[in-house]
Amino acid sequence: MLKSAKTSRLLASPYLAWAFIFILVPLGMILYYGLTDDAGAFTLQNITYIAKPAYFKSLLLALELGVISTVICFLLAYPLGMILAGMKLGRHEFILTLFILPMWMNFLLRTLTWMTLLERKGVLNDILGLLHLPPVYIINTPAAIVIGMVYNFLPFMILPIYNSLSKIDDNVINAARDLGADPLQTFLRVTLPLSVPGIISGITMVFIPALTTFAISAMLGGSKVLLIGNVIEQEFTVAYDWHLGSGMSIILMLFILINMVISSVSDRKEAG
Amino acid sequence: MKKTFEKIYLTLIFIFMYAPIAALIVLSFNASKSRAKWGGFTLEWYANLLSDSEVLDALINTLVIAFIATIFATLIGTVTCIAMMGLKRRSRAIIMGITNIPMINADIVTGISLMLLFRIMNVSTGFLTVVLAHITFNIPFVMLSVMPRMKELNPSVYEAALDLGATPYTAFTKTVLPDLLPAIISGALMAFTMSLDDFIITYFTKGSGFDTLSTLIYNEVKRGIQPEIYALSAIIFTVVLLLLLFINRVPHKLSIPHK
Amino acid sequence: MKRLLSVFLITLGCTAIILSGCGSSSGSAAGKNGKLYVYNWGEYIDPDVITSFEKETGIKVIYDMFESNEIMYAKIAQDDSAYDVICPSDYMIQKLIESGLVQKLDYSKLPNATANIGKDYWTKSQQFDAGNLYSVPYCWGTVGILYNKTMVSDPVDSWNILWNSKYKGEILMQDSVRDAYMVALKKDGYSCNTTDKAQLEQATQDLIAQKPLVQAYVIDQVRDKMIGGEAALGVIYSGEAIYTKRENPDLEYVIPKEGTNIWIDSWVITKDSKNKENALKWINYMCRDDIALKNFDYITYSTPNVKAQAEITDDDIRNSKVAFPDLNSIKTEAYSNLGEAGDRMYNDYWMQVKSAD
Repeated sequence: MLKSAKTSRLLASPYLAWAFIFILVPLGMILYYGLTDDAGAFTLQNITYIAKPAYFKSLLLALELGVISTVICFLLAYPLGMILAGMKLGRHEFILTLFILPMWMNFLLRTLTWMTLLERKGVLNDILGLLHLPPVYIINTPAAIVIGMVYNFLPFMILPIYNSLSKIDDNVINAARDLGADPLQTFLRVTLPLSVPGIISGITMVFIPALTTFAISAMLGGSKVLLIGNVIEQEFTVAYDWHLGSGMSIILMLFILINMVISSVSDRKEAG
Repeated sequence: MKKTFEKIYLTLIFIFMYAPIAALIVLSFNASKSRAKWGGFTLEWYANLLSDSEVLDALINTLVIAFIATIFATLIGTVTCIAMMGLKRRSRAIIMGITNIPMINADIVTGISLMLLFRIMNVSTGFLTVVLAHITFNIPFVMLSVMPRMKELNPSVYEAALDLGATPYTAFTKTVLPDLLPAIISGALMAFTMSLDDFIITYFTKGSGFDTLSTLIYNEVKRGIQPEIYALSAIIFTVVLLLLLFINRVPHKLSIPHK
Repeated sequence: MKRLLSVFLITLGCTAIILSGCGSSSGSAAGKNGKLYVYNWGEYIDPDVITSFEKETGIKVIYDMFESNEIMYAKIAQDDSAYDVICPSDYMIQKLIESGLVQKLDYSKLPNATANIGKDYWTKSQQFDAGNLYSVPYCWGTVGILYNKTMVSDPVDSWNILWNSKYKGEILMQDSVRDAYMVALKKDGYSCNTTDKAQLEQATQDLIAQKPLVQAYVIDQVRDKMIGGEAALGVIYSGEAIYTKRENPDLEYVIPKEGTNIWIDSWVITKDSKNKENALKWINYMCRDDIALKNFDYITYSTPNVKAQAEITDDDIRNSKVAFPDLNSIKTEAYSNLGEAGDRMYNDYWMQVKSAD
């Protein structure tokens, strides 16, 4: 459309400059701080700090809670996506709106709701008390954090799964049925594989924020549960150690990179 | 039988999503400060909220930042998408690769990296730095919304307009822009939402005496939640609900770009 | 699509209207005599005092709060020009002086400080600010245990009660490294400034053993949670004792017999302050006896302002052993700056506690 490559380059240059200053240079700074000490000399010490039991544990716990939340989100969202995709047009849009509506509320307010519900003298225990049931003490445990993650990130799983399921042509399903596949076989051999791109993008969109969060664990964990996100946040805002904080950020980026490679490989497999 | 099961399932998830919000709304009318007791109906917290300049300032900051960041991100993102069509395949791939970084990277890393940048460049953090940060993470949402539409465009319509004597500007506004507009708007809307919702990046790039709603709430939580915050949640929820009921067709068009 | 467009435009339009409507009254507007950026602890001032300062001086105050000395330091070290006047504790003032992040005060502009602050407090301040060059005392106090009489049956006189499994889930600990370690170190009979590995190791093991009993590690929330009866025991600063008892008569404040930390929080002006003159006016204003008294009535933290102390009308409070303890009858120790290596060591140990199950 644009005949001249010159014009194209000219038009693209503001963004290129922007991306260079605000995306690439800052990442370079994390690398610089992460790989140097106070004196500015090269060191791997900020990276190897992760091997210390306290730090390693926070990473493992973040991975564990991230995986659990992602799996729960998937198990909740997939049937929902199927039900919505199977509905008559017109109605499902409205219902889908209802399920992603909380996403438009502020992230911290969504987390705050669970603080209020789960607190020792919170709403949930109030209701249990009225029913003469024993109170539950979930607040300030990993379980509370998982609930917070699932609640916050569920819409990010519902949307892509619904999108990919609703794109499946009914004729493909019918063809499978005509060829003698039972409903389970149809699901396993046709529906599920065709929805893999949606599943993968859902998993990425839930797993990465869950792995790296510090706000949810700070609010629902009572500072008793330490995730890698909290460690990084505290190195910058409490301990004032930019080098160590950057080192831990590099570790986090490695995991994000691994996740990306896995998802792009399986994406390609699907496409091929 | 299957229908009943589906209905039950939808209802359960619906309860999971909305019961907490309902609880907050009930608490926003509770005269007792304690969450454990119902002290009668009151509108006191709503009245307090309206006279609380801190909260109002934060609300204005949030909207202003989202507004400015959306405009700039939409402009830059759209222009870049148009420019990409005239670029070689390889340069395109590189640009898209860079664009993907803020989308894929963790917010905490993006926030910290920008904080380091502003510190090293000796820019004192505040309104401006937050806006710059928001534009940065908003551009990818616009580009990932506009780019697929861009690829579907038929360049011969534009060329035909040129052949018929239109100036490149007229040809562009009359043929290309109308086709792109839905994608641009949906990208802008996405950017606006992301800006409103952001906490982590704002937290690391904001300066002294400056708060958005997110950072204000985070501070409040650490000092103990005041019932005014429940009133605020109730108001925000109601506004969002009304807005979305009004445009209940949005989610169909406005799907989050796949990561 | 048209509907979507129109809604989007309406939203933007509304934003623009709000913008133009409120832009002028927005918080960042300067007063006629400029601005002042104040960085203080949470719940540590009577809001009316800020308003009256603004009215009398025509200076617009931008007021931010921090939760712990460490959070304050990270902010100031990153960019000290972000705030003009801050209120850290003793050991942190020492660290700020050593890092060159604060400036010497011009006492000719602080007549209220020299006239009203008690001699004892200036002497005490010498420990972290030799020659009283940088800081003016604001409040002082101790750290102790606040407990709810209806929920605790055992006598509370020792830090050991915070390790009593009877109160599982009912204990609130401080979420700041120095205060948390002070509790454990004092319990074991050590100095709260120790850098002895064995002692710190023991304190760490104690804190890990205590963790299952702890409801949450919090700072400012201790007050509200104790008033609301959400916990039985909490580690808290002495200044909160009178306030919390006023709100909930079941609460009692105790200084454990093993001894505790004594602290002074003082005003300092940052090195690169952009509003130095206004900062001096602020400190001088806070030292005025009527203002210090009004502030004391609200926050109930012990004031070093002896003139204001004498003006306290409530006999019970003026003679209160909690607000103004007899320092000869309790064992106290001030924190000292541990240096970079010491801070790193405490932090690493604290991480072990925080990441324990």
